[in-house]
Amino acid sequence: MSSDAPAPTGPLADVAPEPGVAKPDPILVIDGVKRSFGGITAVNVDHLEIQRGMITGLIGPNGAGKTTLFNLMTGFDTPDQGSWSFNDRSMSGVPSYKAARLGMVRTFQLTKALSRMTVLENMQLGAVGQSGEHFLAALIPPLWRKQEEEITRRADELLARFKMDHMRDDHAGTLSGGQRKLLEMARALMVEPELVMLDEPMAGVNPALTQSLLGHVKGLRDDEGRTVVFVEHDMDVVFDISDWVVCMAEGAIIAEGPPSVIGSNPAVVEAYLGATHGQAPERRKKRAGGEPA
Amino acid sequence: MGTGILIDAIRTAIGPTAAAYALLAVGLNMHFGYTGLLNFGQVGFMLVGAYGVAITVATFGGPLWLGVIVGVLGAVVLALILGIPTLRLRADYLAITTIAAAEILRFLTRNSGSEPVTGGVFGLRQFSGDFYALNPYPPGSYLGVLGLSQNRMWQMTVGWGLVFLFTLLLWALMRSPWGRIIRSIREDEDAARSLGKNVFFYKMQSLVLGGVIGAIGGAVFALTLQTVQPDTFLPQVTFFAFAILILGGTATTIGPIVGAVTFWFIIAGLQSTLRRSSDAGLLPDFFGSQAVGATTLTFVGLLLMLLMIFRPQGLFGDKREMQLDVK
Repeated sequence: MSSDAPAPTGPLADVAPEPGVAKPDPILVIDGVKRSFGGITAVNVDHLEIQRGMITGLIGPNGAGKTTLFNLMTGFDTPDQGSWSFNDRSMSGVPSYKAARLGMVRTFQLTKALSRMTVLENMQLGAVGQSGEHFLAALIPPLWRKQEEEITRRADELLARFKMDHMRDDHAGTLSGGQRKLLEMARALMVEPELVMLDEPMAGVNPALTQSLLGHVKGLRDDEGRTVVFVEHDMDVVFDISDWVVCMAEGAIIAEGPPSVIGSNPAVVEAYLGATHGQAPERRKKRAGGEPA
Repeated sequence: MGTGILIDAIRTAIGPTAAAYALLAVGLNMHFGYTGLLNFGQVGFMLVGAYGVAITVATFGGPLWLGVIVGVLGAVVLALILGIPTLRLRADYLAITTIAAAEILRFLTRNSGSEPVTGGVFGLRQFSGDFYALNPYPPGSYLGVLGLSQNRMWQMTVGWGLVFLFTLLLWALMRSPWGRIIRSIREDEDAARSLGKNVFFYKMQSLVLGGVIGAIGGAVFALTLQTVQPDTFLPQVTFFAFAILILGGTATTIGPIVGAVTFWFIIAGLQSTLRRSSDAGLLPDFFGSQAVGATTLTFVGLLLMLLMIFRPQGLFGDKREMQLDVK
C-alpha cells in the first residue's frame, strides 16, 4: 500500500517521521490543544507543525478528531486548553471569520453550497475586502462597481480553471454533490488563502471527478504556492498527493511521516484495523476493487 | 351590492392600514426573506414606533419629527437588546425571544404603573395634529367613486410613499455585495464565516434595519388611527405580516406590497360580503354580524392553506428556488 508512493524529497526529506517532529518552515504550529465533549476527549494534540507550501494529508479512523481539529484551528470551535499559531500569530480567541481573513480558509465535510444563489454569486462572495460590503457604500454602486468587475473576472477565471464556467448562472442548489465540492474549493480560493484546509474533498465524488479534483489540489501547491491540509479516507488519494501524512487516533497524533513510510507504520495499521487483525489489509483492498455487496 | 363590496374592498386594500402592514412586511422580508432571521415579534417594533410618536407628542408635548426619531431610535435599541444575546445562537432562539419581547412590551405599556406615560389600557390620543397640519390636499372628495377624504389621501400618500421608499432601499441593498452577504447568511452562515464574513455584524444590521422599518410602519399606523392602545399590538399582527409576506412572495422586491394589497382586499371584501349578506337576511344566524370577524379569519386561514399547497412560493416568488434543498 506504500510501495507506489515516491520517496520524500524537498524540505521535508530530512525530517524524522515521528509524531510532533519540528519542520523547517511551519505555517501552522499547534501546542497542547485539547477539546473534550463531556467525558470524551475529541482532540488532544501535544505538538504538531504543518510545513508551508506542502500538501499534508490528515488521516485517521472515524471519530479520531480530524474535523474537530479543523474546527478548532479555524475558530469554528474553541479548545478547552492549548495554543496554536498561524504565521507566528497566536490564533487563540480569533473568531472564524477573522481566521479566514488572515489566510486560513477551510471547506466542510458536508458541502455548504449556497443553494439559492448562483454559482457566480457563490464565487463573488468569497472575495475579501469588498467596499460594497459596507451598508452605506452598498447604496452607491459607483463606489464598488469597478471592484465588482475585477472580482467577477477573477471568479470567471477560477470557474474556467475548474471547468464550471458553463454553470456560472445556475443556482448552486442544482449542482451534483461532486460539482458542489468543486465549487466549494474554487470559492475558498476566492479568499486567496495561504493555507487551505479541505475536509474530505473527495467524499462522494465519482472517480472521474476525483482525478480532476486531485489535479486542482496539486495545482494549489505547485502553481500557486499555497499550503494544503486535507482530511481524507481514501488511502490511494492520500498517498498519491500528500508530501506528508499525519495520522490521528482518539484525538492524538499517533504517527506522521512521508507517505512512503506511514502506510507501514504499525501504529497506523493498528489504529485503522485493530491490533489483532493481521490479514485485514487484504480485505480492504478487495472491497475497494468493487466486490459486490 | 357587488359594486358596494368591490368599493369597500378597494378602499381598504389601498388604505393606510394596508400601507402600515406593508411596511411591517417589508421589514420582515429583510429579516426572514433575505437574512433568514425568524422574527416572530415584528409587532414589538411596530409598538415602539407607534408609542414613540404618541408618548413624545401627547405625553411630553414634543414635536412630531422628534416623536418619529424617538420611535426609530427605540427600534434600534430593541433590535440590539434582542440581537446581542440571540444572534450568535440558532435561529429558533431569536424566534422565542422576539415573540416574548413583543408581549412584554405590550404588558409594560398597558400596566397601570405606566399610565402617566403610556395611558395604560386607555392608550394615548391627540398626538397627530402636526401630521394633519402638514396635509397639502384641499378639502374635497377624491378618487371618484371611492370618495376618499383629504385626510385619507394624506395618510395614503405618506404611508405608500414610505412603503415605496423602503422597498427601493431594500432593492438597492440586496443587489449590492452587502446583500450578497445577507443572502449567504440565509443559505448557510457557517459558509459565510468560512469566507471571512462577520456574520453576527451583518445579522445585527439586518435586524436593526427591518426593525426600524417595522417601527415606521407603527408610526404610520398610529398617525392614521390617531390613537394608540396596547391591545392593538397583539401577537397576531406579526402573523398577519408574515401571511402578507408569504402571500406576496418571500425574498422578492414587491412581494410585501402585492401581499398587503391582496390580503386587505380579501379581508375587506369578505367582511363586506358577509355583513351585507347578513343585513339582507341571506345568511343563517350563526354567520350574523357578531361572527363576521371570526368567519372572515376562517376564510383567510383556508385561503392561506390553499396558497401553501398550490403556490408555496407566493404570488411573485420563484418556484424553482422553492424546490432547491436549502442545505
